[in-house]
Amino acid sequence: MPDQLLFAMEVTLNGLMAGVMYALVALGFVLIFKASGVFNYAQGVMALFAALTLVGLQDGQVPFSHLINAIFGTELHHFGWHLPAIVAIIGTIAVMVLFAWVVEKLVLKHLINQEPIILFMATIGLAYFLEGFGDMMWGSDIKKLDVGLPQGINGWIDETTLNALGYGFFIDNLDLVATVIAALLVAGLVLFSQYTKQGRALRAVADDHQAALSVGISLRFIWVLVWSIAGFVALVAGIMWGTKSGVQFSLSLIALKALPVLMLGGFTSIPGAIVGGLIIGVGEKLFEFLVGPMVGGATENWFAYVLALVFLVFRPQGLFGEKIIERV
Amino acid sequence: MFDDQESFTTPDGRTIGGVMMEMKNITLRFGGVVAIKDISFDIREGEIRAIIGPNGAGKSSMLNVISGFYNPQEGEVWFHGEKRAPMKPYEVAQQGIARTFQNIALFEGMSVLDNIMTGRLGFMKSGLLSQALWWGKAEREEVKNREAVEKIIDFLEIQNIRKTPVGRLPYGLKKRVELGRALAAEPKLLLLDEPMAGMNVEEKEDMSRFILDVNDEYSTTIALIEHDMGVVMDLSDRVVVMDYGKKIGDGTPDEVRNNQAVIDAYLGVAHD
Repeated sequence: MPDQLLFAMEVTLNGLMAGVMYALVALGFVLIFKASGVFNYAQGVMALFAALTLVGLQDGQVPFSHLINAIFGTELHHFGWHLPAIVAIIGTIAVMVLFAWVVEKLVLKHLINQEPIILFMATIGLAYFLEGFGDMMWGSDIKKLDVGLPQGINGWIDETTLNALGYGFFIDNLDLVATVIAALLVAGLVLFSQYTKQGRALRAVADDHQAALSVGISLRFIWVLVWSIAGFVALVAGIMWGTKSGVQFSLSLIALKALPVLMLGGFTSIPGAIVGGLIIGVGEKLFEFLVGPMVGGATENWFAYVLALVFLVFRPQGLFGEKIIERV
Repeated sequence: MFDDQESFTTPDGRTIGGVMMEMKNITLRFGGVVAIKDISFDIREGEIRAIIGPNGAGKSSMLNVISGFYNPQEGEVWFHGEKRAPMKPYEVAQQGIARTFQNIALFEGMSVLDNIMTGRLGFMKSGLLSQALWWGKAEREEVKNREAVEKIIDFLEIQNIRKTPVGRLPYGLKKRVELGRALAAEPKLLLLDEPMAGMNVEEKEDMSRFILDVNDEYSTTIALIEHDMGVVMDLSDRVVVMDYGKKIGDGTPDEVRNNQAVIDAYLGVAHD
């Protein structure tokens, strides 16, 4: 096989893996959008906040240490422990569930029956609040996140392909792990929503609020549940992206990459989020490889958005989204 | 008419018990509009109770008060001899009051089976964790509830569409599925908001038969709103008549039929 083709295959594979990472972020959006019709602008910041909390707990950082030290003149920084990754993850999940509960209590509860745009505005406010809160709680320095996920080139794939094709594929272990975890996550979510009581209630709420109330479903409980699950998904995305590029402010911007994914896949479809992510991932890598050199490179910055724009023109509901027809 | 707690037998041999639900001096306002004005009536155990009246009489508002979608500004709702505090609709549902809607509120994206299963949510007691892991109690519950739902599907003769997404069904069948979902909750009181609106004669006959069977076989108390006078008079044991938010008649179908105020309301005599 010619080298160019092999290289293109490698690019495609890497694109698929990158797509999985995008899909992970997009999933969080889809979950909340499906259940409450709200586009949660804060999803990206939730991923950042989850990653910050995880690192903070793991390293035994004292939350609000700057604030505490400034007020009381103390010199607190660390509790002096180092928690195992799994304990820190469980702790972070607890924090995200608490966050979901607080959001319901302080924000969503008061906005029942409001227009979606009002709720959207509320989530923008929430995003900025959470960003500042995370900063205050854990500090703004760039942190290293290590929960023991393997990183670097996968030697086995490199060797096997080198022997078989005469060209070693470079596949990052972290991307492989992300793929497996994303698959498990999606399978878990689908099973949960199809076969459990809460999943059924969740789908019911997503479909019709009034009918859900009439069969005895508490909307508020479901909202806490949905935001908790979205928090969990944010944590998974935060771990993956945090391990890849460090926990820093720019992590919240991955949400922007999820937008074109959602426009492609449709805002209401879990499989759509996955497929959309993969298409964007592969598309932008291949585009960069094939067209990039002709236009001076850096196409990855804009390719996804242009693709989304094309979709908006020709298929506004996305690949898997529900076509909304308003009857007059 | 009858003693509150005394039961009696109807001409067709069904037993009607004491008062199950009592509405006392209910007044409901939307801003300056009075939808319901000082209405009192009761619903007895095991009966089919109809609320009728011309368009805009406040019938649906009354049903919404009973099911907790509206909270009246004045008046009391008594259920099983206890005064009910203002409640959320889902809390009312959990008390054993199920309902259907005038404009059908089904989960369009879900199958018939899943729709009816949502009516059983109150019977699934296993916790979130057990549900998520599909462990022990959760599985047994699912099986048990599934059996109950299959019985309802048989009862309503909708076996052939059980896996069909509800959005694809014709109107008459949707109404039937909605009844099924309400039945799945095994309600003590079943509220039907115009169960036959928009149906053809054949569908109306089917629906009447189901309503009578539900009342007979499960001894479910039923309160219904209906426009079709013929249907109401055949089905119900007692009828409340409303007009412009006020109660203008209450009694057996025969009594109501001969009530001058009711005749005026339906024939459109000018109001003073």
